[in-house]
Amino acid sequence: MNTGLGGAMDIIGILLSVIFVSAMLIWVERRLLAVWQDRLGPNRVGPLGLFQVAADMIKMFFKEDWIPPFADKPVFVLAPTIVFITMLTGFAVIPFAPGVGIIDFNFGLLYFLALTSLSVYSVVLAGYASNNKYSMLGSLRAAAQTVSYEVFMGISIMGVVMLSGTFNLREIVEAQRDGWFILPQFAGFIVFLVAAVAESRRAPFDLPEAEQELIAGFHIEYSGMKFGMFFVGEYLGITLSSAMIVTLFFGGWLGPWLPPLVWFCLKTAAFILFFILLRGSLPRPRYDQLMTFGWKAMLPVALLNLLATGAVALSSA
Amino acid sequence: MNIEATLVSDLLPLIVYFGAVLAVTGVMLGGAYFLGQRHSAKAANEPFESGIVPAGDVHIRFSIQFYLLAIFFVIFDMESVFLFAWSVALRESGWPGFIEALIFIGVLLAALIYLWSIGALDWRTRRQRIDAQKSGRRE
Repeated sequence: MNTGLGGAMDIIGILLSVIFVSAMLIWVERRLLAVWQDRLGPNRVGPLGLFQVAADMIKMFFKEDWIPPFADKPVFVLAPTIVFITMLTGFAVIPFAPGVGIIDFNFGLLYFLALTSLSVYSVVLAGYASNNKYSMLGSLRAAAQTVSYEVFMGISIMGVVMLSGTFNLREIVEAQRDGWFILPQFAGFIVFLVAAVAESRRAPFDLPEAEQELIAGFHIEYSGMKFGMFFVGEYLGITLSSAMIVTLFFGGWLGPWLPPLVWFCLKTAAFILFFILLRGSLPRPRYDQLMTFGWKAMLPVALLNLLATGAVALSSA
Repeated sequence: MNIEATLVSDLLPLIVYFGAVLAVTGVMLGGAYFLGQRHSAKAANEPFESGIVPAGDVHIRFSIQFYLLAIFFVIFDMESVFLFAWSVALRESGWPGFIEALIFIGVLLAALIYLWSIGALDWRTRRQRIDAQKSGRRE
């Protein structure tokens, strides 16, 4: 057990900075997409539009807290909080830097997988409670997509576990001192990246909320702060996925010259930008193509990668 | 080792963090509840289905593939849990463990190929399959 973890400073600092970063990502994404699509994006509120998020927050607080009379009310309120809470709680095991973090679990990786799995309840319950056909279709798609991609999401990162011999995220980072796991685990990285995009239900895998066919999918009846929670929850999911990719495959806080925390934040930021670039550049596949790709391509690759990694790790040991 | 004592003292930061997360969530939802405006309009309480008056029941019939997928998930995710245990104990279990895992993953892949060949992963309807065969397209 590391000392210096889980102090009051850690808890408050991580909670606030994670929420702040996720909220600011709304502005970052809108600006970047605008740049790539040759338009301006939000630039009115404050310098460069930086206060757009604050303006959005104020608006969300003063919007009507509307719960549809035809909805299943308790579940309707519960659903957006699930994604928000599970994604935020997921940050507890992220090894930001030596001595910075909330808790040091021996099973940190399993904790992360468990929480990302739990977040699927959010969309399923939201779609079910809304009593709207589009929501229902969206949540069905979301459920099927998330459970399909979850199977090989877990398997793809087991190669990392084999190489480092532990589920502890801090020890996984330390095990990458001699070389990041991106090189020996390239196949695992690709599979995990695809699964992470699919799990966070972002473009190009945003079929549960495909605007052109389902309007907004599972959150069609949501407005105000409850919609905001889905929105921020999505960005929290991206941040969490990026942090996990950095931890598992890109050496976490390791790096020369700069302090460890700076390295971790820089690498995570790079992956967040990569997620936004994906959204800006890739078209959406058809739903059956998405499923076929997952089961027929990604799952066998993940399984074979696991076997190959095991054989190499055993023969070199 | 006293497991009880270890758990409580070690988990304290996590519990505090979780409490803080719950508090933030409560403030966000509660704040919006108290600050939000109230109004009522004629069509505000209708389900939004592209401006068309909703017809029929919400609980529509959906593709059988979704049920199949749920079952596949249970099967494959269960089996991946065994693989988790193997990968963390890779060096302890050594080559005998590897051979066993090889057989296990072989069975998994065989099951996947079987599902593939009987068309369980094919999302087309029977009509679409016949049409595709007629026009000689492969997809």
